[in-house]
Amino acid sequence: MEAIEKNIKPYEPSYNTMVPTPIVQFFRTCILWQIVRFIVINLKMIRVVQKSHH
Amino acid sequence: MARVVVLGAGVSGHTAATFLKKWLGNDHEVVVVTPNSKWNWIPSNIWVGVGQMTVEDVVFELAPVYKKAGIDYRQAKAVSIHPEGKEGSDKPFVTIEYTDPSKQGETEEIEYDYLINATGPKLNFDATPGLGNGKGQIGDYTVSVCTAQHAAHAANELSMAIERMKKGEKQKFIIGTGHGMCTCQGAAFEYIFNIDHELRKAGVRDKAELLWISNESFLGDFGIGGLHLKRGGYAASSRLFAESLYVEKGVNWIIGAHVSGVDKGKIEYELLDGTKGEENFDFAMLIPPFSGVGLKAYNKAGEDITSTVFAPNGFMKVDADYTPKPYEEWKASDWPRTYQNPTYKNMFAVGIAFAPPHLISKPMKSPNGTPINPTPPRTGMPSGIIGKTVAMSIRDMILNGATEPTHTASMAEMGAACVASAGKGLTDGLAAALTVYPVVQDFEKYPGIGRDLDYTFGEIGLAGHWIKHILHHMFIYKAKLKPGWTLIPE
Repeated sequence: MEAIEKNIKPYEPSYNTMVPTPIVQFFRTCILWQIVRFIVINLKMIRVVQKSHH
Repeated sequence: MARVVVLGAGVSGHTAATFLKKWLGNDHEVVVVTPNSKWNWIPSNIWVGVGQMTVEDVVFELAPVYKKAGIDYRQAKAVSIHPEGKEGSDKPFVTIEYTDPSKQGETEEIEYDYLINATGPKLNFDATPGLGNGKGQIGDYTVSVCTAQHAAHAANELSMAIERMKKGEKQKFIIGTGHGMCTCQGAAFEYIFNIDHELRKAGVRDKAELLWISNESFLGDFGIGGLHLKRGGYAASSRLFAESLYVEKGVNWIIGAHVSGVDKGKIEYELLDGTKGEENFDFAMLIPPFSGVGLKAYNKAGEDITSTVFAPNGFMKVDADYTPKPYEEWKASDWPRTYQNPTYKNMFAVGIAFAPPHLISKPMKSPNGTPINPTPPRTGMPSGIIGKTVAMSIRDMILNGATEPTHTASMAEMGAACVASAGKGLTDGLAAALTVYPVVQDFEKYPGIGRDLDYTFGEIGLAGHWIKHILHHMFIYKAKLKPGWTLIPE
């Protein structure tokens, strides 16, 4: 919550965007979840690489 | 026997040269002319710039690799192109000047049957007063991460700033673009968030003010007009995600800015609304604008034809539509497909060296007439694909008698996978892994957002960092032509 509590200032540019909650920040570096995302991201990248080579 | 001369050994030129030699074998020659003795995996210069890698981690000597491949390597800079030959000879040639210490300053003419201009950008620091030293090099007031050596110096300055903060001093960092017409916002993005990461690890983040300054009209433009990602069932602009990260990490920003001058501890800038401002700094990294390296071209009679072959920005003309037209009339088909020079059919330009038809982002200028808009990036994947594509066309021209290029690689018909680091660490690193399809928006094929939402995505996390680190090792392995190198896609 530190980012939300310290960095968002009413009616400044920081007020009008989205800031991650602690659960989102946790999953960004949760090893087990990121192993799943590693596989998914690689598959998505391979699709784009294949589509880009003519 | 045909000879292909490749000027430049960056991602695009090295890819073209190595594939060409593999396909042409010993029956034909491939000559590489580059002023550098080492190849640099440029994406990792960011990590050199924060002290997480050394120069040796991101470069390797070219000579042994080219010797193994049978490529004729000349450590020299290209000076001029003579596509019509000279009096007494119709054979086209380039003139080079050696930077190899054993031949420093010697000049030579190298004839060619095919030429690939892969000279990349000139880092035009002097375009902004005070950003350069007046002699084409970086000035004394800021640091750079554009080359491995620059990045090592930046890391040294950063460590001194951290020491000052550990003693209780506050420090202000300004990171971004140093001119209204820069590209490479992504590299500056990586640098500011890697600095944030390192400052937090050092326990001094509370002593630092981080300020971003760029020529983007919105955060998340990245020189490609931004992108849209699917999130929670919505097509969401990259602006949302960029602003989110800046706010999360406590980074303030000034956008729509042309940095007009740099002095010791101070920058001056002009905004899109015409107002001017100044900011003080203790540490600043500002990407310079790019131009062509300054090659000249001459016809058979020795007359200067540089303006025929090159655009005013010094990049080589190719098969793009250079007709001036407003943003609303831009089309995906304006972008080149074969990278063949329209006047001299045995000449190609790849990577950053080709002249784009126009920007990707919308052109903007201040009421004073100052252009303030990102110029088009060419990142690793498109550069590699373009280099390989041109190599395929030249191979077919040499081996199969093709009279026209046989392969195409328009940036409006290819995607890019990019990984933007936001901090290095095996268990606490972060990176934004992105794919964009196509790189150049095609608003006719994809009305509204210009891109295919099914092939354009992004997310930030530790997985992205793992991918970036693996790509570092993978592409250096590929560039060294180690076993199986051709299996690694560009």
